[in-house]
Amino acid sequence: MFSDYSMSELGAIFAMQGFAGLILFSVFVLMALGLAIIFGQMGVINMAHGEFMILGAYVTYLMSNLFSAYMPGLFSAYFFVAMILAFIASGALGLLVEWAMIRHLYKRPLDTLLATWGLSLILQQIYRSVFGAREVGVTIPDWMMGSMPVTDLIEVPINGIFVMVLAVSISIAVYVLMFKSTWGRQVRAINQNRVMAGAVGINTEWTDRLTFGIGCGVAGVAGSAFTMIGSTGPTAGQLYIVDTFLVVVFGGAASLLGTIASAFSISQAQSIMEFFLSGSMAKVLTLLTIVGILMIRPQGLFALKLRK
Amino acid sequence: MSPGVNFDEVLGGDMSNKKPTNLNNGVSRRAVLAGGAAALTASLFTPKALRAADYPTAEVNTTGLAVTDDTVTIGILHSITGTMAISETGSVQAEKLAIEQINAQGGILGRKIEYIQEDGASDWPTFAEKAKKLLVNDKVASVMGCWTSASRKAVLPVFEQYNGFLYYPTFYEGLEESPNVIYTGQEATQQIIAGLDWVAKEKGAKSFYLLGSDYIWPRTSNKIARKHIENFLDGAKVVGEEYYPLGHTQFNSVINKIRLKKPDVIYAIVVGGSNVAFYKQLKAAGIDMTKEDPIVLTISVTEDEIRGIGGENIEGAYACMKYFQSLTNDNNIEFVKAFKEMWGDDMVIGDVTQAAYLGPWLWKAAVEAAGSFDVDKVRAATPGIELTSAPEGYVKVHENHHLWSKTRVGLAKADGQYDVVFETADLVEPDPFPEGYQ
Repeated sequence: MFSDYSMSELGAIFAMQGFAGLILFSVFVLMALGLAIIFGQMGVINMAHGEFMILGAYVTYLMSNLFSAYMPGLFSAYFFVAMILAFIASGALGLLVEWAMIRHLYKRPLDTLLATWGLSLILQQIYRSVFGAREVGVTIPDWMMGSMPVTDLIEVPINGIFVMVLAVSISIAVYVLMFKSTWGRQVRAINQNRVMAGAVGINTEWTDRLTFGIGCGVAGVAGSAFTMIGSTGPTAGQLYIVDTFLVVVFGGAASLLGTIASAFSISQAQSIMEFFLSGSMAKVLTLLTIVGILMIRPQGLFALKLRK
Repeated sequence: MSPGVNFDEVLGGDMSNKKPTNLNNGVSRRAVLAGGAAALTASLFTPKALRAADYPTAEVNTTGLAVTDDTVTIGILHSITGTMAISETGSVQAEKLAIEQINAQGGILGRKIEYIQEDGASDWPTFAEKAKKLLVNDKVASVMGCWTSASRKAVLPVFEQYNGFLYYPTFYEGLEESPNVIYTGQEATQQIIAGLDWVAKEKGAKSFYLLGSDYIWPRTSNKIARKHIENFLDGAKVVGEEYYPLGHTQFNSVINKIRLKKPDVIYAIVVGGSNVAFYKQLKAAGIDMTKEDPIVLTISVTEDEIRGIGGENIEGAYACMKYFQSLTNDNNIEFVKAFKEMWGDDMVIGDVTQAAYLGPWLWKAAVEAAGSFDVDKVRAATPGIELTSAPEGYVKVHENHHLWSKTRVGLAKADGQYDVVFETADLVEPDPFPEGYQ
């Protein structure tokens, strides 16, 4: 397969392919962080995760229209405003959903699966009624599309770099929140023992709500960023939900580090196999490997050690 | 705010409140012309004001269909909820427009068309169930419906068992010919071969990279494309063939593979949400399609899909199909105008939407030729039916229930429309079971 090419060409292709793997890694991290917070820390199986992402994407779409209509001069910077608003919108919806639905189900974690799946259907139909059944086109500022030539042969997509930077910053932000803030300490306490956490004076109700809200907000930011690489339509969230759960479950639900490690290994495996095999085959092999590993190690790559 | 659809209108079953007032049977041509813009458009379709009285119900309906002295009921069966609503909404709109125009002209055999709309909900068993409901409970005289091949395959046994009559609008993979279905879109050889010949001749393309979503239509289409490239195009070869699961959103690896193979043409049959991801990532990877190195040729991106992809992300790609909104013939100018009047100025019309629009008109012509609503008589009258008024130009129904139609190549522009750069001189014969391509 490679005999026809010079070393420099091959080198360039492999460099770009490596970069493609890193982009995929960042995409997975962005997708999964919100769910890792909600599913990992709270045990809520949030099937509506994709719809919270798409809410962020629609907010970005609205912002792009608003800016191009009223503030064309600032258009190249609208994306940052859109991401902040996406966080606020999805986060607010998350708070509402937690209050209206999730908090009644903490004692029945499996039921959250059905309830949030129903929620995802409702949200999809709301998007469809409001924005139309067709996908909407989000105009991305010119500077974010296109590629940066590194050498004559190697070109790096700018939106890929953007996604990577975003993934790293959000991961750091979540890490700081989780392990350095009072809120994070409370979340982890509740995760370990809800009753004791309440007994020592932690407001578990409010902490839960905030956690769910932040998880959804992070999903919104991810959705906003994905307008650069994917589609924005009522059911686009469904494209991400399987991969998202895969990453979180494979990493070990309760561990944020596990999520990142799992995103890295899945993305690298998939991107390398996609290069050498066909696309569908790569997906099949990735899934098979994951199923195999989970059979041997059902708790995922990283598991918290808890005294049962 | 909503670029899409006025949902109330699509969902609402009753359209009598929007209809032009001119519904008298046997109305004169002048009266039709006075009836307003919708009727004006309709008048292009050579109104023959047939009187219901000349066609007694007992004679035109011997099989117990839902035909009365002044109405005939048909079914519309598309997904208006679920994943496929994205695509099928346009078809529903086109069918309703055609029905409204036919009614404005006096209907069919003097009978006004009424319709019962059912939602397939993007779920194939639901399609079958609703098809059965339409045929058995509602006794509809024909059905305009389905979009994906999967939904058509699901309803096919129902239509054959209860002898219904389905008009199916989507371009599809062929390999099917049912006595109970009229295929108003192109089958694969019609859509593929002319485009490949064009790109080989005009652009001197020698090497092709075939890419598709992983299901029957892209796979069958690429199979035909590969056979044609290898057997009929001199010195041309396929350098890669690749499928990705539906809904796949990461194409960076395949884009690198394409770079490595340096094909002259990327032949892309990617569908749905993947489409958007593919073109955005192609552009982000620095492949400028306007430079035609490589050329991107697709058969799966209509004007409808470009709205999601964004014109600026697909500018310079070529699409091969039978209809583009930018066609300049008079039929099409009227059609686009009427469509936008009914559904809003921001609507775009893709290939399938136009094919869906043909359904009611083809059925009308066949019923009038048969002088009866009976499915067997309509079927017998159908081969050879012509429409000179189709937006795509002249079409004719083949013995095999597909349409003779021209194939065109369009160049995508930043505004989301196509410039037609090529069309076949003659109508292309439909060939759902192509020999040498299996």
